[in-house]
Amino acid sequence: MSDTRTGAQIMCEALIREGVEVLFGYPGGAIMPFYHALPEYPQLRHVLVRHEQAAGHMAEGYARASGKVGVCVATSGPGATNLVTAIADAMMDSVPIVAITGQVAAQFIGKDAFQETDVTGITQPITKHNYLVTDVADLAYVFKEAFHIARTGRPGPVLIDVAKNAQQARTVPQWPDRVNLPGYKPTYEGNRRQIREAIRLIGAAQKPLILAGRGVLEAGAMAELRELAERTGIPVITTLHGIGCFPENHPLALGMPGMHGWVHNNRAIQECDLLINIGSRFDDRVTGKTSTFAPHAKIIHIDIDPSEIGKNIRVDVPIVGDAQNVLRAMLEELPPRECRAWVEHIYRIREQHMPRQQYTRPDTDMFMPHDFFTVFSRIINERGPYRVCTDVGQHQMWAAQLIEWRHPYTHITSGGLGTMGFALPAAIGVQIACPDETVWAVAGDGGFQMNIQELATIRQERLPVKIAIINNGYLGMVRQWQELFHERRYSATPLWNPDFVKVAEAYGIPGICVTHQSQVEDAINAAYATDGPILLEFQVEREVNVYPMVAPGASIHEMITESPMEVV
Amino acid sequence: MKHTLVALMQDRPGVLNRVVSLFRRRGFNIESLSVGHTETPGVSRMTIVVDGSQTNVEQVIKQLYRLIEVLKVSDVTHDPTVARELVMVKVHAPASRRAEINSLATVFEARIVDVAHDSMILELCANPDKVENFIDLVRPFGIREMLRTGRVAMVRGAHAHAGDPYVKVA
Repeated sequence: MSDTRTGAQIMCEALIREGVEVLFGYPGGAIMPFYHALPEYPQLRHVLVRHEQAAGHMAEGYARASGKVGVCVATSGPGATNLVTAIADAMMDSVPIVAITGQVAAQFIGKDAFQETDVTGITQPITKHNYLVTDVADLAYVFKEAFHIARTGRPGPVLIDVAKNAQQARTVPQWPDRVNLPGYKPTYEGNRRQIREAIRLIGAAQKPLILAGRGVLEAGAMAELRELAERTGIPVITTLHGIGCFPENHPLALGMPGMHGWVHNNRAIQECDLLINIGSRFDDRVTGKTSTFAPHAKIIHIDIDPSEIGKNIRVDVPIVGDAQNVLRAMLEELPPRECRAWVEHIYRIREQHMPRQQYTRPDTDMFMPHDFFTVFSRIINERGPYRVCTDVGQHQMWAAQLIEWRHPYTHITSGGLGTMGFALPAAIGVQIACPDETVWAVAGDGGFQMNIQELATIRQERLPVKIAIINNGYLGMVRQWQELFHERRYSATPLWNPDFVKVAEAYGIPGICVTHQSQVEDAINAAYATDGPILLEFQVEREVNVYPMVAPGASIHEMITESPMEVV
Repeated sequence: MKHTLVALMQDRPGVLNRVVSLFRRRGFNIESLSVGHTETPGVSRMTIVVDGSQTNVEQVIKQLYRLIEVLKVSDVTHDPTVARELVMVKVHAPASRRAEINSLATVFEARIVDVAHDSMILELCANPDKVENFIDLVRPFGIREMLRTGRVAMVRGAHAHAGDPYVKVA
């Protein structure tokens, strides 16, 4: 009997075998056998969260900063349903996480037992795959499969729901050598014929453009992307999730396209005759109205997930594969070329529109959010290794637009699902993955309060996370839409906010409130000088809009810049 | 145009639910779906009929492949296939009309599987067009109850959609 283990012990050992070092979780009835076993495995660091949703976002932040699989743990019923938002977030942004949930004992399943919920049913459409384990004998191979599925191909969340009896029962674990998934064979190598066709199109194009997304980062294809751009002179647009895959201080870097992208990028997309999409899924925030998107372009789409090709936008040359492999194969045969006239044309549009795109300072000495972001960008780039987790809303767009992103994996945000409350817990996960780097959580006043309780986790874990709240007293992005599209009816968007500095102090974290732009630099420097966490609140001009903007349903070249509405 | 897809999948708990909920979530329209075991233990086979004018068939196939248990999906619409559907119809059949119903059944090679005081159950297994025809002609007698299985289809000749290779590879 000495070789037998409880299911809970097998779960812990399986995690260790998969290289897991940290779990983000919250205990409860149906997961208690697992928590009972956990202290026997000190190599598994458990971070106690204050809300399961935050555990999921921490796992996401950890995964995105470390390149490893993030793991979160919750109990059955409400614990598991609290994970749902984070799991959906990970699904939309292709983040590899494994979510472990307790489930009531097998004999109670289907009886509406206390804290019973059909979590595999609930999470089926928002996981890459999920499992319900009722037999201890299945745990070893299920964990192996789950991590394999989460981290390979197009990464994504996998949920393992483990019935309490399976955690308690004993068996001799049969550790599998390899996974047995005959139906799961991701394609990593691009089709040679399609790659040759892509090379031919690149050679023939007069106005080619690269659209680079998160797939470049997932594949680690930054060097290949740079070589492709430099060898051909093709300029590079990076999506929100592609930020960092191409350094923005590079002459061929154009920044972000789409709803809040720069005018020159959206114009370039509409004018280009070849669009090379590398690892981006043609999200509607990028394409605007799909029927008028890139009307003159041949489209090459490189993606590891075949179902993304042709889903939103017609494609001329589909290449299914890992971006690094595909680009390497392409570079083997790709002759050098230039497209100077085209690039200069885009630069001219940029020069013409960029000053207005930045912002127009109103006739007050009110503190503009842009002032924060430009100073912030300069300081973080001067100070050395940083990661910035942003929340969702106006500040998220300003951060994407105004920070000069030079390094991969430094920008972490909730793009696909747009989950408010993401920044703070994600930053905790990132800080644990990168203990020696300066990790910033940049949030709006609305989003910050959605997971404000995680200040306790920061304190308990002694994490030096730096927090910046851009406080405009509104749900700013919703207010902006109300202003522009709903007759300025500010329905349910003005926010009463607590004294954020006092809140931080109540959690044992120092805080500074900034009300004038002259104090921005000092506050950020003070954060760097603080050995531990700190919260900075920036009280900014209340009614500022993010420009440029494409109205929902419009074509991406129909951009609104400054009010009064000027469509360019 | 109606497309006939043949999908092989691992016979794991919940796989049918995964397929059906994928169709629901993506707004794909299913005309019919039938599922059962194959010659290979652990492999199930589905025949799925979708209307290509309402649903992007290529996306259906690609999305099906995202399901971990799905082994192989083939669009056999343009292949020579044998397609079958089973229909059972309970018709109003007073003694006076039984001979008529009987002769209709004979023409269609349908079987009479139950005769009661004033009703009969007819069973026909045939290609979907013939099933449609049969129902049209039976309708005037008065249909009390009817059921149809979904379409099943198999490609003619030596070509095989067998489950074996996938399991053996594993």
